[in-house]
Amino acid sequence: MSTHEQFADDLALYALGAFQGEECVALERHLGECASCRRELEALRGDAALLALSAGGPRPPSRSRKRLLEAIARDPRRVVTRRSRPWWALLPAVAAGVMAMIVVLLWIDNSSLQLQLEGMQRHAAEQEAELRISREIVSTLTAKDAMTLTLVASKNPPQPQGKVMYVKDRGGLIFLASNLPPVPAAKAYELWLIPMQGAPMPAGVFKPDIHGSAMLLNPPLTPGVEAKAFAITIEPAEGSSTPTMPIVMMGGA
Amino acid sequence: MPDPGAKANDSSLIAGIRAGDEQAMAELYDRYSGIVYSVALRVLGDTGAAEDVLQEVFMQLWRNPGLFDSSRGNLAPWLAVIARNRAIDAIRKRRPETDIEDVVVSVDADLAGEADRSIAMGKVRSVLSAMPAAQRSALEMAYFEGLSHSEISAKTGEPLGTIKTRIRTGLLALRRAFAA
Repeated sequence: MSTHEQFADDLALYALGAFQGEECVALERHLGECASCRRELEALRGDAALLALSAGGPRPPSRSRKRLLEAIARDPRRVVTRRSRPWWALLPAVAAGVMAMIVVLLWIDNSSLQLQLEGMQRHAAEQEAELRISREIVSTLTAKDAMTLTLVASKNPPQPQGKVMYVKDRGGLIFLASNLPPVPAAKAYELWLIPMQGAPMPAGVFKPDIHGSAMLLNPPLTPGVEAKAFAITIEPAEGSSTPTMPIVMMGGA
Repeated sequence: MPDPGAKANDSSLIAGIRAGDEQAMAELYDRYSGIVYSVALRVLGDTGAAEDVLQEVFMQLWRNPGLFDSSRGNLAPWLAVIARNRAIDAIRKRRPETDIEDVVVSVDADLAGEADRSIAMGKVRSVLSAMPAAQRSALEMAYFEGLSHSEISAKTGEPLGTIKTRIRTGLLALRRAFAA
């Protein structure tokens, strides 16, 4: 016996309002899930309505007509208050409500994604602009044909100079030097980061060009080290792990 | 024979009622008060109580004509079902259990015209008279007395399953008669 056959007799009773008890709960649950049985229920209600036609009898007394017309003349229109309905009768409204909610949620989600996308596009454009400026700076600094000059007071001879730009959090460093005297072939200058505590840390080995200029760009450094000062010594060409005295240049924060 | 003029007139009367036209309400009453009153009287067996149900059904339609949705059935059987339900509620002395908006009556037969209803009435009576007495009785007890299948079983001494089957096959016999 199929589920529908199991409920077939019950449906007829339900259509007449003659079905009661716990079985009624099971039937209503099934009606909520079964469109076929809901259609059959409507058809059975139609069949039952035909029974009403067998009730033929006398027409109502004329006073009933008068009573009704007087009542509607007096009665202001008012909306009938809804009472509880079978839960499955609300399915279309619930489905429509859920669809509306989904549409609203998708719209909100879409708007949120749109905002995120716009934010990311704006961020990417900013980064691209910063990158372009950075490239231009680096390109100028590293150009082989760049002319590097140090301007000093007219009566003073050019002095060796070094400039350090250091970003502690990411260990970024740019070092520019000028007017450095040449070093012997087996020697090189070495830059040192002198931390607030502990031993000096190597920050790159370099040799000046024929004009006495040199540059270090982001030598390997441990991020997060706070620098007290930077110093330059002359070391073997391959560099040293500890500075060799004397310090030829030094600058503190 | 369908009476499209009468059916169209039902729609225009309902539209008139929506607009507050008391004359439209009077015409609708003249058309369908007979069937509403007959059903109520058959259930209640008391003219005064049947008049009260008649009044209630038409007042509800006047106050809220939007309750009837022509896409969900014809007006005549819809009013008959409302009248029957209200009358059953009255004999059981209970608050109305069925929301009018929930009543969907799927009847293919055209019952808008007086002649159509008269033909349909003859057909229903013919089907009922052709049924075994026990089946007709079970059907009428359920429909016009508002008895549950358990109450009918207790009253007749028949098993519950028998009552269920008799009622279902009785309704299907009515369907077949109008489908033919």
